[in-house]
Amino acid sequence: MVKWTDFERATIQDIFSKIDYGVVGPAALSRCLIVYPWTQRYFGGFGNLYNAAAITSNPKVAAHGKVVIEGLEKAVKNMDDIKSTYKDLSVLHSEKLQVDPDNFNLLADCLTIVVASQMGAAFTPQVHAAFQKFLAVVVASLRKQYY
Amino acid sequence: MTNISTLSAKDKETVKTFWAKISSSGDAIGADALSRMLVVYPQTKTYFSHWKDLSPGSAPVLKHGATVMGGVGEAVAKIDDLSAGLLSLSELHAFTLRVDPSNFKVLSHNILVVLALMFPTDFTPEVHVAMDKFLAAVARALSEKYR
Repeated sequence: MVKWTDFERATIQDIFSKIDYGVVGPAALSRCLIVYPWTQRYFGGFGNLYNAAAITSNPKVAAHGKVVIEGLEKAVKNMDDIKSTYKDLSVLHSEKLQVDPDNFNLLADCLTIVVASQMGAAFTPQVHAAFQKFLAVVVASLRKQYY
Repeated sequence: MTNISTLSAKDKETVKTFWAKISSSGDAIGADALSRMLVVYPQTKTYFSHWKDLSPGSAPVLKHGATVMGGVGEAVAKIDDLSAGLLSLSELHAFTLRVDPSNFKVLSHNILVVLALMFPTDFTPEVHVAMDKFLAAVARALSEKYR
């Protein structure tokens, strides 16, 4: 079981209470599609992804970015058992969406960068470490049902 | 000598333009990136057991952060032939420092996080992808002499 320090718990709750889901979700997903273009393979039905400008202004990308971050909120609310909380999501990503789980790390890195740009100096090394630990647990939970 | 760089003309231009904006903050960027790498990826501390103080902002961290970003600046200047330009640094990392090359990716990620938090408006997705590719090319050049 994952052990969280008081600082880590407080930090994660704090970050997610402060960020604008409508900004951070879309920004992280569009950044992922731009910086790691092979991730576009999962979004064939999203229309125009031809260049950075198209991706950034694509309404389907924005809507899905919000879905992703709302999914993260489940983990924020259940930090002591993210593994069980994400069981169905893991099955979904593995069997239906068939996403290569290495891609989860790419999106996680983009989320870290977007949150860092929002928080500036408040994203201290310690806050950064807590955030990446949280994302690592999320990614591991999403990988759990792959076989 | 074969140039293994996969940087397009546009990538190089983007990197040089962005670097011109941020280079005066080089020391601060290096210090923050190194500080947070040691906190977020504690396994990297194994390379610095000879330092008295590994905490963020300590004297050895500040000094070494500046050294590392000085190297990045050199790489920007030699962006058209990183293999030749970084030859002596590659030999240093291969034969003397023997840093496991997986750590180049770790430090690169931390540099990108610092760029995002210090320059949120300038560190657009397009700049992000160019810098990520550039740092990966630098890492490849530094790894060349390993074996």
